[in-house]
Amino acid sequence: MERMVLRLYVAGDGPNSAAARANLRRLLAGCDPATYTLEIVDCLRHPMRALQEGVLVTPTLLRLAPEPTCTIVGSLSDSARVLEALGLHDTTQAVSQDA
Amino acid sequence: MTSSSLEAAGTIAPPRADSDAPIRKAASGIEGLDEITGGGLPAARTTLVVGGPGAGKTVLALQSLVHAASELGEPGIFVAFEENSRQIIGNAATFGWDLPGLETQRLFFLDARLAPSTVQAGDFDISGILAGLAAKAREMGARRIVFDGIDVLLTLLDDPAKERREIYRLQEWLLASGLTAIITAKASEGDRVSTERYAFMQFMVDAVVSLHHRMMDRVSLRGLRVMKYRGSSFFESEFPMVIAPTGIEVATFGNADLEYDVSTERVSTGVPRLDTMLDGGYYRGSGVLISGAPGVAKTTLAGAFANAACLRGERVLYVSFDEAGSQIVRNLRSVGIDLEPHRDAGLLEMHSTRTESRSSEDHLIGLKQRITAFRPRHMIVDPLSALGKTGGHVAAVHASLRLLDYARALGITTVCTSLVADEAMEESTTTQISTIADTWIHLAYLIHGGERNRTLTIVKSRGMKHSNQVRELLLSSEGITLADVFTSGGEVLVGTARWEREMELRNATANRRVERARRRKTAEKEEARLRAHIAALEAELEAQHFESELLVDEEQQELRRRGDDYAELLRLRHADPDTERTDDGRSAHSGR
Repeated sequence: MERMVLRLYVAGDGPNSAAARANLRRLLAGCDPATYTLEIVDCLRHPMRALQEGVLVTPTLLRLAPEPTCTIVGSLSDSARVLEALGLHDTTQAVSQDA
Repeated sequence: MTSSSLEAAGTIAPPRADSDAPIRKAASGIEGLDEITGGGLPAARTTLVVGGPGAGKTVLALQSLVHAASELGEPGIFVAFEENSRQIIGNAATFGWDLPGLETQRLFFLDARLAPSTVQAGDFDISGILAGLAAKAREMGARRIVFDGIDVLLTLLDDPAKERREIYRLQEWLLASGLTAIITAKASEGDRVSTERYAFMQFMVDAVVSLHHRMMDRVSLRGLRVMKYRGSSFFESEFPMVIAPTGIEVATFGNADLEYDVSTERVSTGVPRLDTMLDGGYYRGSGVLISGAPGVAKTTLAGAFANAACLRGERVLYVSFDEAGSQIVRNLRSVGIDLEPHRDAGLLEMHSTRTESRSSEDHLIGLKQRITAFRPRHMIVDPLSALGKTGGHVAAVHASLRLLDYARALGITTVCTSLVADEAMEESTTTQISTIADTWIHLAYLIHGGERNRTLTIVKSRGMKHSNQVRELLLSSEGITLADVFTSGGEVLVGTARWEREMELRNATANRRVERARRRKTAEKEEARLRAHIAALEAELEAQHFESELLVDEEQQELRRRGDDYAELLRLRHADPDTERTDDGRSAHSGR
């Protein structure tokens, strides 16, 4: 299975950004670290990257691989939608069923 | 949190300009808008531009940005929330703005649209993009920024409280950036969401410009109104606006302070007696208004002017509404004004157009284009009042005034005819136009003694001596002539009444002549009689004289006879000759 490439754009420690970081970590907790890479870009430290990479709002989570890419915006508090968008839905459900 | 607490924080808000200092203004480069606001948008502050779909918000914002970048050398950033920036650049090309050229150094476009496939999972904010924009602004030394279609972004937030939070964030960022900003937002009248949203935003910004686009008489009408301008006075009325081929133009009354090259040269009106009444003719480059009811020969008077100008070899643009140029040429020929040769020679351009289906502002744009292309010395607009036929009276007056102003600035003499159907209309339309016209000639029908005749009056003529006399205007196949009118008992006499009066005067003269002749005859007769009398007396005198001579003669003869008789007596008596009688006669007698 192709390795999942994720990139999360945040704006410092703002409430939404902090929540997104925490939520993403929680959601990825069940995944094998070897199956994905995660880059966190702080737009306040690297302001030009947001412009160059077409990021309008923060937080924004990009799944750059596998194709097709997908974009999720927000604090990632709606777990079900995030997982579905990332294609992790089945796995987590399987985990919960196993449990 | 309020904006005042933000400012109080000090670390976020930059030091605001001294509140006593007059507000700095940043020219928008939009004709009219800078005039309404007394110099432009508030510099280093934010202006909100609201309006319905297609009202021209994006064009206004972009035009101002392009003007700053190309004319003022102020780099700018355009953040497009609604449209693709490539589309915007493409649209701008139709206005002749060279965005690709400017983009390399002075303009930066940012596509700030969320892809439709974007999944929304929780709250978000715009801190990231603002940080990016701040960095970009520093990098390029930007002085201006546009956030186009902020409503698209706000709608994503889907919650009034969150919207306000992001608007505050943007406001805070703008204050810190020191950029002159325009935020555009779609606002539909009567829509609760947008009403609430913008009531709040209007409080946040320093200036608000509202754009309107509506249909009146099936004609598109645009309007611009400045609703708020913190720290500055502004014209509060709504002004007509057009999206012209070169961008937005806002119709204002024109700059009253504008100094034109005022010419003192006179140009003939084409009617010699009218030239005399005006002390030489119209001023070159002035505005002339010819008002009057239908059929009163307004067009003829304008045509005479055009003809005279063409005969001097000067170009004339003849703009006619709702009447074909060839029709006007034909009608004028019937009164001895032949424009056809001038048309053939390229001195006269007939520009005919329909008033319907275009707004007065659109007409104005069209006329400006014709003027630019043809470069006339004189222009005739016949009738100017046609502009008011569709799309609103106020807009028409604005357009008319601007047209006159435009022509005046170019030194073009403009002769406008204006239809006046009744006195009430004269008050409303013509008077407003007349304020800008330098010369106002009114043609009227005078109904007297059961007939209608045309009169001409110079209502006003700035800066020149002019006749206050009413003249009768006569049309014939020879053209226009002006005749004196007679006043009788405070009434002006024209037509038959004038003719009768003239006849009366002529008859009186004839009568006097006959009378004189008669009296001369009488005098001659008397003289003759006297002469005859003298002759008779002389004859009598002569007769008398003859008579008296005759008597003398008789007496002498008698004396001689008596002398002879005496001598005979002496002879017979053989007496000595009488010594007393020794005269030769008697001797001679005696010698016989």
